[in-house]
Amino acid sequence: MRSKLQKLALALLIAQLGGCASLGVQPWERDLLAKDEMALDAEGVDIGLDDHIYFSKEATSGGRSFAGGGCGCN
Amino acid sequence: MQLTKSSSISLALAAASAQLLSNGAQAEETNQWQFDTAVLYYGEQDRVTAVEGVINAKKDFGDNHIFNGKLVIDGLTGASANGAVPQSTPQTFTRPSGKGAYTVAAGEVPLDDTFHDTRVQASAQWTQPLSDTLTGSIGTNISAEYDYFSLSVNGSLAKDFNRKNTTLSAGLSLAYDTIKPEGGLPVPFSSQYVFGGFNDDEFEDQDDNGIDDDRDEYDATRAKSSDSKTTVDLLFGITQVINRRLLVQANYGYSQVDGYLTDPFKMVSVVDNQGLLQQNLYENRPDSRTKHSIFVQGKYAFDHAVADVSYRFATDDWKIDSHTIDTRLRVNLGDGHYIQPHLRFYQQSAAEFYRPFLNDGEALPAYVSADYRIGEMDTYTLGLKYGMPLNGGDELAFRLEYYQQSPKNAGFDAPGDLANLDLYPAVKALIFQVSYHF
Repeated sequence: MRSKLQKLALALLIAQLGGCASLGVQPWERDLLAKDEMALDAEGVDIGLDDHIYFSKEATSGGRSFAGGGCGCN
Repeated sequence: MQLTKSSSISLALAAASAQLLSNGAQAEETNQWQFDTAVLYYGEQDRVTAVEGVINAKKDFGDNHIFNGKLVIDGLTGASANGAVPQSTPQTFTRPSGKGAYTVAAGEVPLDDTFHDTRVQASAQWTQPLSDTLTGSIGTNISAEYDYFSLSVNGSLAKDFNRKNTTLSAGLSLAYDTIKPEGGLPVPFSSQYVFGGFNDDEFEDQDDNGIDDDRDEYDATRAKSSDSKTTVDLLFGITQVINRRLLVQANYGYSQVDGYLTDPFKMVSVVDNQGLLQQNLYENRPDSRTKHSIFVQGKYAFDHAVADVSYRFATDDWKIDSHTIDTRLRVNLGDGHYIQPHLRFYQQSAAEFYRPFLNDGEALPAYVSADYRIGEMDTYTLGLKYGMPLNGGDELAFRLEYYQQSPKNAGFDAPGDLANLDLYPAVKALIFQVSYHF
């Protein structure tokens, strides 16, 4: 399972890298991307609070950011 | 004289510089401290209630040298499932601290109502460019509770390519957690001793005043006062701008946890072939866990909306696989007002050592837990957020969400009377949050 996943991750990375040359925008085309709500961490506080709830109530954590320890939550 | 003149020129220059700097600071809004604060209420029906407050402070000290500090305080009270099965008769359990007992009504899933804790968490993160295309970040996080302490440090690097349309990142986080519950950690698989219960030998243990104190029986179920675990997290990511409207991110996460991973408050019931409780044993989990995750996120800018869709697949050597879909759609209503529906679906398979109960007479497994949180389960979250602008760029937002957990039977046949009882009750919670940005 582990090696399968690692291969999948690697394949994803390579596929993305291969596409890089033709993907993307010019600096003057970033009007929409530059909006606050388009930032990947735009909902930072909400996501932090949600992560704490789901960390306490479900068996999986992390993915978006570090899964790390943190609390002895019940 | 010469010296004085030079000094006055320096002073004048300094004054002029200060003037320029202060004008610059006024003009450059991003160089101000930015505060995000929130208060969240989390309430489960008949179970846990938590209130959590957050202050996040961020400042750009110039040229993208960014400090981010965060303080979280939360208080938790209420009841949590202790792992034991319900019975058709009332049941009595010893509190984890060894101080007294609690009784659970007939037919009810046993909930330990002793939980109350206050947690304080503080974190700091410093991010800065290391070259035109390389950004570094380091941080630390501390979380302290009455019986739990966690310390972590992290570092990451992000490299931009292709006119900053592609970013590769790699990060490392190390965490050290200690747990020291009141009453100590139970001996795995030891049978819970119930004060005044079926295994209380009333007349054997009398203290100096001739009162039955039963400490020996309780103490025999206690191993040591505290234990610890370490966590190593690695996270590799790629962020790619696809076009003027679409941004995607993909992460691979690896996590290695070693140490005390058992929940000292959880038990597993041993039942006979009529489904009648024989005894409750303290659970025992493996002392290591290796986890992998793939996380993919896309953000798309419509003319008056932003869609945020993510999917996470996670798997680990406890044989827990999970799928998570999380979506948010921010709809701008004009003049800075917006609404944002939120939908989240989560599904997990059971850990290989998960057992809702053990059968009397069977050989004990090496590891066992009846904690529904590592059993088979689906959950979903439905939410709505409304944000409104205030004077001076401040923003106020309200969020209301409904969260439901539906534990499932992962294929265990309930003997006798257990078949008539609800072993997998749903957990329902309301979440309400007020946020203020200034």
